[in-house]
Amino acid sequence: MINRIPWVLVIFLVALWVPWYGSRFYTFLATDIAILALFALSLNLLLGYTGLVSFGHAAYFGIGAYTSAILMKTHGMPFAVSFPAAGLMAAAFALVFGYFCVRLTKIYFAMLTLAFAQIVWAICFKWNDVTGGEQGMPNVPYPDMSWMAAIPGLGGLRLGDQFYLLVLVLVALAVAALRRIVSSPFGRMLTVIRENPERAEFIGINVRRYQLAAFAVAGFFAGLAGALFGIFNRGVFPDFAYWTKSAEVLIMTILGGMGHFWGPAVGAMVLTLLNQQITSYTEYWPLILGSILVILLFGFPGGIVGALVAAGRRLTRRGNA
Amino acid sequence: MPEPAFLFGQFVGGLTAAMFLFMIAAGLSLIFGVLRILNFAHGSFYMFGAYLAWQFMRWLGPGTEYFWLAALGAATGVAMIGVAIERLLLCRLYRREELYQLLFTYGFVLILADIAKIVWGTQQLSVSRPPSLSGSFEIFGTTVPHYNLFIILLGPSIALALWLLMHRTGVGRLIRAAVLDREMLGALGANVGGLYTIMFGVGSFLAGLGGALVTPVKSIIPGMDVEVIVEVFIIVVIGGLGSLWGTFLGAFVFGQVLAFGILIMPRFSIFSVFALMAIILIWRPWGLLGRPLSR
Repeated sequence: MINRIPWVLVIFLVALWVPWYGSRFYTFLATDIAILALFALSLNLLLGYTGLVSFGHAAYFGIGAYTSAILMKTHGMPFAVSFPAAGLMAAAFALVFGYFCVRLTKIYFAMLTLAFAQIVWAICFKWNDVTGGEQGMPNVPYPDMSWMAAIPGLGGLRLGDQFYLLVLVLVALAVAALRRIVSSPFGRMLTVIRENPERAEFIGINVRRYQLAAFAVAGFFAGLAGALFGIFNRGVFPDFAYWTKSAEVLIMTILGGMGHFWGPAVGAMVLTLLNQQITSYTEYWPLILGSILVILLFGFPGGIVGALVAAGRRLTRRGNA
Repeated sequence: MPEPAFLFGQFVGGLTAAMFLFMIAAGLSLIFGVLRILNFAHGSFYMFGAYLAWQFMRWLGPGTEYFWLAALGAATGVAMIGVAIERLLLCRLYRREELYQLLFTYGFVLILADIAKIVWGTQQLSVSRPPSLSGSFEIFGTTVPHYNLFIILLGPSIALALWLLMHRTGVGRLIRAAVLDREMLGALGANVGGLYTIMFGVGSFLAGLGGALVTPVKSIIPGMDVEVIVEVFIIVVIGGLGSLWGTFLGAFVFGQVLAFGILIMPRFSIFSVFALMAIILIWRPWGLLGRPLSR
């Protein structure tokens, strides 16, 4: 029964009220969470559903962010063009890189995704004329949101709140699309490949082609998240594609639980809120994050959602008995 | 065409950098060869080696013999940290998926980086060269500090020592057996767990030694851990994960590509080494001198 509820819609409707009930700070946090949730969910298409450990997912986030920023800032393109372009550019790169990556297995797959991500980072870091090099691209403009004024009730909102609503709608659409993908025959096939690639091959599935498709789709959504994050962050920097960023999104995914669709989103939310709380009284956030990660790996390998689901099952079983 | 003296200078510079990185990469490669774990925290061990060497030098004061003492002390300290982490925590993750092992070591990257910040702060620290090696000499029009010559000679010596350890001692024989088939070795009654701990300790020692010896030529700063780990990843991938001479070759290639890449493409030399890593992974995932994984 719990699966019948259209969760994307429910969460969307709840989150919609943040600008009216929370302060500016809460809107800021909610925007951050929404974007990072999309990023982590896109990674989980590879990690949780296809069983591919990518250690370079930040590359596609970065490519999306730079594509959108370059189009909007340097070429003055509208957001309606730059946003899909960011996703498509990231997907195109993912297709090229993925073509080589899916030929490798396990640790070598992870290493090659890392190598490609570092190539992207190095280019962003050094190509001063286009990407701004080390300094990045500050002051990425907000999209034109004056049309929102035409909708009753939205005209009086601050720019940040308007952008939040835009992000929320786009992320909700993207997440709904991801949800459709994982429950489609294509998504089921990815799960088959994760469970037993050899068997999948025997029943006539072109494993590599499916993995490549998953890689490109994941890159597409990471690119969309990157485009939104660049605007939200008011700037795009080479760090977006650095390997530690790839590790961060992996941690989010594992923290939430990669065995469940919503796990990575929960991970993104918990990590962002925790970061906010902890950095307000200590600068040693990495120390805390590292400790959380180690405890998690030992105590809760299924992540937060995995642990909750297990606890819920235990409760219902006791109730039935 | 640049002058030959200049080219030779680049070559020597690249070689020195390569021998530093070899020490660190050899440790990583050894650990991977036996434990099949890619240790992200290896860069953090290197950083700790540097900080500990600085700390010991401060306690001991300047002087050549103190420098060697500090370097050895730092490397031993790092080896102890490595052994503690392996024995207390990591050994419980061997049966789990690779992803968990990778993330575990990444967790320690975060933890160790912050511990270093808490203990030593964020300002740059440096150690002066040991007095007996502070001179330099000239060869083919290039000035080479004695200390750099020492590093260039130390690299092959360590390679040779490791080779002797692997091929001429009883422990080495067990290690090579563990690389080939660890389950069989365990079934034959060897203490595989103890072997893993030894290897992790030796690997960490090398990282710590590299970090300690690099202090006279590079200042110690936060962030040196994540920077170096990427470089040694490239090296072990080029040479072949788990292969000693492959790592040596990989370090040599890496140093030269970086040294001469700067002449050809000043802005994109860092790009060229990543590209090299990607090409090797595509063409021969097991590296130039490595062997394909059996499973």
